[in-house]
Amino acid sequence: MKYVDEYRDPLGGQRLLAEIRRCPPAGGLRIMEICGGHTHAIYRSGLDQLLPEGIRFLHGPGCPVCVTPAVRIDQAIALAHRPGCLVATYGDMLRVPGSVESLRTAQARGAKVQIVYSSLDAVEIARSRPELEVVFLAVGFETTAPANAAAILHAQEGGLPNFSVLGSHVLVPPVLRHLLLSPGTEIDAFIGPGHVATVVGSEDYAFLPEEFGKPVVISGFEPHDLLLAVLMLLRQRAEGRCAVEVEYRRAVQPKGSERALAVMGEVFEVQDQEWRGIGVIPRSGLGIRRRFAAFDALARYRGELPEAAEDAGEYVCGAVLQGHRTPLECPAFGIGCIPEHPYGPGMVSQEGACAALYRYRQPGPGQGVAQ
Amino acid sequence: MTAARPPLPRVIEASHGTGGKMTHDLVEHIFLPAFRNPRLEALGDQAILDLPGLRLAMTTDSYVVQPIRFPGGSIGDLAVNGTVNDLLMGGATPVALSAAFILQEGLELRALQNVVAEMAEAARRARVEIVTGDTKVVGYGEQDGLFITTTGVGLLPPHIDWSPNHIRRGDRILLSGSVGDHGASVMASRFGIALDTSIPSDTCALLEAVLTVRDIPGIRCMRDPTRGGFATTLAELSAQSGLTLRAEEQAIPVRDDVRGLCEVLGLDPLYVANEGKLVAVVAPEDADDVLRRLRQVPETRDAAIVGEVTDDRPGHAALRTVLGALRPLDLLPVEQLPRIC
Amino acid sequence: MCLAVPGKVLEIGEDNMAVVDIAGVRRRVCLDLVEGIAPEDYVLVHVGFALQRIDADEAQRTMDQLLQMAPPERAADQP
Repeated sequence: MKYVDEYRDPLGGQRLLAEIRRCPPAGGLRIMEICGGHTHAIYRSGLDQLLPEGIRFLHGPGCPVCVTPAVRIDQAIALAHRPGCLVATYGDMLRVPGSVESLRTAQARGAKVQIVYSSLDAVEIARSRPELEVVFLAVGFETTAPANAAAILHAQEGGLPNFSVLGSHVLVPPVLRHLLLSPGTEIDAFIGPGHVATVVGSEDYAFLPEEFGKPVVISGFEPHDLLLAVLMLLRQRAEGRCAVEVEYRRAVQPKGSERALAVMGEVFEVQDQEWRGIGVIPRSGLGIRRRFAAFDALARYRGELPEAAEDAGEYVCGAVLQGHRTPLECPAFGIGCIPEHPYGPGMVSQEGACAALYRYRQPGPGQGVAQ
Repeated sequence: MTAARPPLPRVIEASHGTGGKMTHDLVEHIFLPAFRNPRLEALGDQAILDLPGLRLAMTTDSYVVQPIRFPGGSIGDLAVNGTVNDLLMGGATPVALSAAFILQEGLELRALQNVVAEMAEAARRARVEIVTGDTKVVGYGEQDGLFITTTGVGLLPPHIDWSPNHIRRGDRILLSGSVGDHGASVMASRFGIALDTSIPSDTCALLEAVLTVRDIPGIRCMRDPTRGGFATTLAELSAQSGLTLRAEEQAIPVRDDVRGLCEVLGLDPLYVANEGKLVAVVAPEDADDVLRRLRQVPETRDAAIVGEVTDDRPGHAALRTVLGALRPLDLLPVEQLPRIC
Repeated sequence: MCLAVPGKVLEIGEDNMAVVDIAGVRRRVCLDLVEGIAPEDYVLVHVGFALQRIDADEAQRTMDQLLQMAPPERAADQP
């Protein structure tokens, strides 16, 4: 696969690792990789096992599935049970527990839920099945928000009366600020989210070195990308620099994608947002603008939807999400909370810190097969 | 909150059907305790019945795939090939199948006819006969409405005793061809991913391949990596042998278009289903011979040695990644779903 | 958020949908979020949308950077 295979070959990996070993960080380096996709990629390639002592990864809150408020899941379930309604969503959302259950278990009891690959597939379901009210449970950071926004524009263009979006959209910079301003945060450097940056641009992360003195390298998702990003951070440290650098230059521009930002801005506006496990962070989310209220499920079904979620027993999900604790420090990890029975979204989402660690590390109790 | 693992859930979930961890939980906690007997507890793909004068292999499987048609085949092909292959994996020569049909009201007769014709053709190619069967009809549902259970019997030659118990350190792991084809084909049909390029399911009977190598003494055991994929098979064999089946990521063949589909949907091809592949664990001195013979058979022409048996992580499988790190390959906890993250 | 795959644009339709080839799998991809895309370009595909054109020159530069690094010396650089 072009633009993929070249960044996975073993020889290139060995060169990068050798180069990294020539540049060990004095005093260690705690790197937060913000994006869940990076967490997944690191564990999948095993590269964290190959880095020299002292380089430590912390997993950040870049998992839109993990941070979707429980109430949003409850609302989706309520709509999925509503006669004549169908909830379409991305596959990741299916097993996220709300206050009581997930869309998957609701589906097992007859709720109408369908997985789609693209937001436009949800629009197509609405178009081809006018007898159904299609609600698209749309989550995402800035990578996915434009695609979700475009779906609303397509529905509007098509004059569809039976399509709406139940959204939970979050922005990366505000949660990073929140993290860095919270006590207990010990991060030296960041690996920046590569695909978010293709939309918003690398300049969005200038505040990290400028306001907080933390270097950031925006990285792609292949093993070489991550290794090169680590190397670039090590070199910054060695040379006493602190800046935004882009490793993922084949896809990231300083100003991002003008069109994608325009589409996002046309449909969405910035608002305060609740982050599951963290709380409300001001101006950290996106809401659907008033003029698209017909496509906003929260407006359309107001009065029918559950409002506040009961506390789902968040264990230490929030602390893990913010890198304050590791999953291993959660009393439920691998025992009560496993992928088959997740307590919180960190174990559901494949790139949640908990799920990634559970899957790719040493097997815990009960991971074997019947003998 | 350090309670022991939660007990079985109250209701059956889709993940119980994936062949992964949750399916194993059902077997371990519900079926085994109730049916307990040594033949069952071997938990092979087939049961061996040692009877006076002959050794019989017996296996059964149900086919519920949705949609019932996909590029490269249909539920009918799977129903014959899958059960035939389960017999072959024990080293048995397939002899006969039964076929039980559960049909939903509203299923088109034409659809049933097509599937049955495909089963007949698959049986002919696998040199088995469908000798008995059953038909039931249930109420209308929203699926394609056709489920098939096939049970197969085969004859096991006296000298064949394939079992994970025979696996030894240093044995080679052979894989007969590319992984993930079948599951990718079905997923592509479901999510409209492929347009004029369609990934064909790899469903086929492995009769010629197995018969060609059966007499090579160094074969410890064989297994076909169906649902749960290649990684699940390695995990099972590791657990049953107490050793580590360690595969090399670089050596595992994956078709380009299957990789493309898996990259798009965020699936791991190692955990995606196959329907026409086999994994053989072979003593090192015979591995090249087995490989050579497999490569002469059309269905297994892309056979490769993809790893070896070690004791790195006793009872658990492992993968050496492209970077050279070792990562666990455990049973899939739940079914893989497409993801955006 | 993160799953995006490079694909080659084969043809572009009037509805601003392109046929994109990803390692032999073809899918219709929406071009509403990008500009100036032509057939033969490579784009990053995320949930059925092209997010950005892949800059071939930059891709090459990253590879060159890699090739300039010394290969690992036998045992000295092993973990």
